[in-house]
Amino acid sequence: MKSTKFTPERNISKAETDRKWWEIGDFFRRNSLWLLMYCTGCCAIELPPAMTSAYDMERLGMGPMATPRQADILLVSGYLSLKTLRRLIYTYEQMSEPRYVVALGSCPINGGIYHDSHAVINQLDQYVPVDVYVAGCMPNTEAVMNGFVDLMEQIKNKSANGWKKYHDNYEWYRQNQIQSLGEVDVHDEFHD
Amino acid sequence: MSITILNFLIGLGIAFFGFVLQTSIAGLNRKIVGRLQKRVGPRWYQEFLDIFKLLSKRATSHGWIFDFGVIMALGGIIATAMFMPLTSTFNAFGTYDNFFIFVYLLAVGMLGMAMSASGSGNPWASIGVMRALTTMLAYEVPFMIIILTIIKIAGSSLTGIQLYQQAAGNNWFLIALPLGGIVGFISLMGMLGKKPFETYIAPAEIASGPMVEYGGKQLGMLFIMHEITVFIEVSLFVHLFLGGATNIFIFILKYFLVYTLANLISNVNGRFKIDQVVTFFYKWPLILAIVQAFIAIYLGWVI
Repeated sequence: MKSTKFTPERNISKAETDRKWWEIGDFFRRNSLWLLMYCTGCCAIELPPAMTSAYDMERLGMGPMATPRQADILLVSGYLSLKTLRRLIYTYEQMSEPRYVVALGSCPINGGIYHDSHAVINQLDQYVPVDVYVAGCMPNTEAVMNGFVDLMEQIKNKSANGWKKYHDNYEWYRQNQIQSLGEVDVHDEFHD
Repeated sequence: MSITILNFLIGLGIAFFGFVLQTSIAGLNRKIVGRLQKRVGPRWYQEFLDIFKLLSKRATSHGWIFDFGVIMALGGIIATAMFMPLTSTFNAFGTYDNFFIFVYLLAVGMLGMAMSASGSGNPWASIGVMRALTTMLAYEVPFMIIILTIIKIAGSSLTGIQLYQQAAGNNWFLIALPLGGIVGFISLMGMLGKKPFETYIAPAEIASGPMVEYGGKQLGMLFIMHEITVFIEVSLFVHLFLGGATNIFIFILKYFLVYTLANLISNVNGRFKIDQVVTFFYKWPLILAIVQAFIAIYLGWVI
């Protein structure tokens, strides 16, 4: 019988330790998702039943938050005109990582019924990475809740990597943003 | 008596106990409010999940005053909670449980938070801090008049006040000073920032006020600080008006009832504007407090 006293210490590599901590963090992150709602289109009408007694988002630990700094999910619903896209990018840059983006309705996917407007962008994915799409014009509340559950599954499977993609391909996103908007000036406006 | 390292360890234990107690009860209250609104409500440990999630996130800084203020707020509040007696026989520092210790030390945490929020440079934060200090100025006046009445009757030691109420022939101050009890509870609602007096948080109006620029770890620390602050304030009410507690279970029961009642009242109310908060506190609670002080001190009618 091997003495426990002289059992050699099992060496865990730093990568292994980091992975374990990250999994513990993922458990907390997927059970407490706070939303920042960026509602410009008509899909926003599907959110009140999702929050109130009909579907009760809070039982999943989700809830609305007031500012981008506090939020985990940026919920984009509806069309994005060039003016609102600029604000959306500023908002996304302010959120603390890990951050996720959920796009609601068909407007952020392909422009929806505004696909031929000169003032509206068609694909949100070109400007900020999107983790979950909820398709439909407009999607049911069931579909919205399903989208959130999908996002939780993605966080569990470590496939909700939009924010990492934004870091890795920042140049590409930046180029697309500048191409559409002309100028994107992300800065800390309180300390300049 | 001499203060040893053991006293400090017990004090830290009390602060930790307060955090765990208040976080669990806040989670239970979210469930209760959910049922009130015909929802299922979150799990009872949701508040713990929220805090640990915030601590696991990355955070931005807005300069060292921003970071230092958060640490000062948390440290100041933990230092305050260390002095809190849990029952009439158990506290960390023996005779050092005077009411004024809490008044002074609570200010350290509050000022830390005000400093940190102003350090973020966001105008919403400045408005929120200004409103928080104005609300404080409003509820402190009637509250202090009632507290000074109690101190005139029973002395200023929290343990002494509890023992006075528990002694045979005496009543809880909620019953002995009925008007004072009402004023104390209304002031407690103001202290906790519950709904009619929620003006300085106001998520839909000034984007959660002082907390507007916090995210990630700093917000997590502020949540811990908030839970311990609520523990201190509700415990003060239990000790001052509800006769304290002879053992820990009675303390937890009274604590739960007071916090739940405040929360239920909060959830059927709208929000005052800041001038309405000040006018309200300087009208009815102040009149009731002065009448109560006059009855108790000059006429000596302590039922």
